[in-house]
Amino acid sequence: MKILVPVKRVIDAYVSIRVKSDGSGVDTNNVKMSLNPFCEIALEEAIRLKEAGTASEVVLVSVGSGDIDTVIRSGLAMGADRAIRVDAEDDLEPLAIAKILKHVVEQEEAGLVITGKQSIDGDNNQTGQMLSALLDWPQATFASEVALDGSDAKVTREIDGGLETVALSLPAVVTTDLRLNEPRYPTLPNIMKAKKKPLDVIALADTGVDATKRNTVVNVSPPEERSAGIMVESVEQLIDKLKNEAKVI
Amino acid sequence: MSILVIAEHDNSELHVSTLNTVTAATQMGDDVHVLVAGSGAGDVAAQAAKVSGVGKVVHADADHYKDAVTTELSDLIVGLAGDYSHIVAGATTTGKDLMPRVAALLDSAQISDIIAVDSADTFKRPIYAGNAIATVQNADAKKVITVRPTGFDAAATDGSAEVATVEASAENGSTKVVGRELTVSERPDLGAASIVVSGGRGVGSAENFKIIEGLADKLGAAVGASRAAVDAGYVPNDYQVGQTGKVVAPNLYVAVGISGAIQHLAGMKDSKVIVAINKDEEAPIFQVADYGLVADLFEAVPEMVSQL
Ligand SMILES: Cc1cc2nc3c(=O)[nH]c(=O)nc-3n(C[C@H](O)[C@H](O)[C@H](O)COP(=O)(O)OP(=O)(O)OC[C@H]3O[C@@H](n4cnc5c(N)ncnc54)[C@H](O)[C@@H]3O)c2cc1C
Ligand SMILES: Nc1ncnc2c1ncn2[C@@H]1O[C@H](COP(=O)(O)O)[C@@H](O)[C@H]1O
Repeated sequence: MKILVPVKRVIDAYVSIRVKSDGSGVDTNNVKMSLNPFCEIALEEAIRLKEAGTASEVVLVSVGSGDIDTVIRSGLAMGADRAIRVDAEDDLEPLAIAKILKHVVEQEEAGLVITGKQSIDGDNNQTGQMLSALLDWPQATFASEVALDGSDAKVTREIDGGLETVALSLPAVVTTDLRLNEPRYPTLPNIMKAKKKPLDVIALADTGVDATKRNTVVNVSPPEERSAGIMVESVEQLIDKLKNEAKVI
Repeated sequence: MSILVIAEHDNSELHVSTLNTVTAATQMGDDVHVLVAGSGAGDVAAQAAKVSGVGKVVHADADHYKDAVTTELSDLIVGLAGDYSHIVAGATTTGKDLMPRVAALLDSAQISDIIAVDSADTFKRPIYAGNAIATVQNADAKKVITVRPTGFDAAATDGSAEVATVEASAENGSTKVVGRELTVSERPDLGAASIVVSGGRGVGSAENFKIIEGLADKLGAAVGASRAAVDAGYVPNDYQVGQTGKVVAPNLYVAVGISGAIQHLAGMKDSKVIVAINKDEEAPIFQVADYGLVADLFEAVPEMVSQL
């Protein structure tokens, strides 16, 4: 079985972002970029399934410009066998990305797709679910455990009330939550090897997808700042402030 | 055209987040309907009918709606979509799982996690863990939206809408819930509590978390946690507050032994009053705290409990 892992390049999780003063978006110049953390978890899970003999090949796919090739290489260094980049603008909407991914899934005849649950820049949490809808496959989102037995899958999901286990059969789309696994760091030899792994580029036009945006971003602004608070000296003072100043207890 | 709100429930109780979602929906248009899809969920339909601002409850009952499985509900919702300009659900794990599937089936781009309605087609939503707010205008004929519950007040419950029964969609059957491990607690719901006490890595162990729970019980609060505390196994996953966990905005949020990473702040910085207790005076949590106390939590928290 072939596993397809869609990955996205994002501003690194530990960078403090800066909103551009003209309200057009977030400054990405000279900012550290990384693989979206949830995509790393997706890739790690796929690699483990291959190591366990369950999967035959792990194919990484990303939609974006040539700028994202460095993070694609870092995914290859983690252990994906090869990569496909669909050449397009970097900030397409999840619906368009899902349509493009559907094309790639069908071309590759993948038996399982593992996506991240959420990209940490747009915080959309959409692409995996949209892809499964377009493919008419079952979906299991926010996975913290994936167990495969032939074409039967049992997935434990992190939900608001706790955990839920669903049974579904492959092909399917799974999206990852934080506790599914801890992604490995690429080793130096694997980083070297990744440079020679195949990275095929497909033109957006060849997917036949109309990627026209449906949403116009009218403005991006910084959130309201909280006004500075005070430091208290003791528990007694804290309780007094909460009772008599803030009146919240 | 009307607005359809997808109710969240467990077949007996309407979830509080639906009240916030209805408030958001009433800002998108005048005629708000609520869909209650469940199994033996007549009580929920009756509760939904009482929510102010709701013009009609659409009730579909079938065994295969019992567990709110997305592949079942999405077929039903797509079948009903013809009458609606907006389809709206809370940005809970149920809504987040369901709505993108509905959107893709309707060929609409979803707008996730809105915190304000500017007009029927323009919405505000946080991006980059709440470090930026995007105003987004959507051009789709049918707008598919998830609503951040803390962004909107809960609707009152003094209404009296009619309940109309609709036929269930055929069973899809592709996905079955085979187990649930739900956190059972006497404490208030984390997402809706007026006071939340959260513990982080500084708490040190599952055993020590009793200190946090002790303070929460004294205050009648819900208990939350940072990702680090959940990852370390001190508390279950559903306690996680943050960018990729739950978003809370109580009157009082007490962060104990939490450093204040941006991903954590994303889930609590809209709280009315924030208290931070941390032994490191440089901890970033103090930058958002109204009241900061530099102290060892193992001394400060028991002291608080005894003084309250
Ligand atoms: C993709 C992604 C998603 C994430 N999502 C979330 C999320 O939703 N929610 C979330 O919380 N995090 C999230 N994180 C993790 C986040 O970046 C931080 O790692 C996490 O919030 C840190 O948790 P913490 O503050 O408990 O631990 P630490 O950063 O280790 O802080 C522990 C604090 O405890 C204090 N302390 C220690 N001992 C004591 C004591 N005896 N008394 C008083 N203070 C003490 C220390 O001074 C320190 O400030 C995410 C990260 C990534 C990459
Ligand atoms: N440009 C992209 N290329 C490939 N996969 C993507 C892209 N954007 C999002 N994804 C996948 O969809 C997941 C969820 O993203 P989102 O719906 O944007 O929150 C990500 O973790 C990726 O697995």
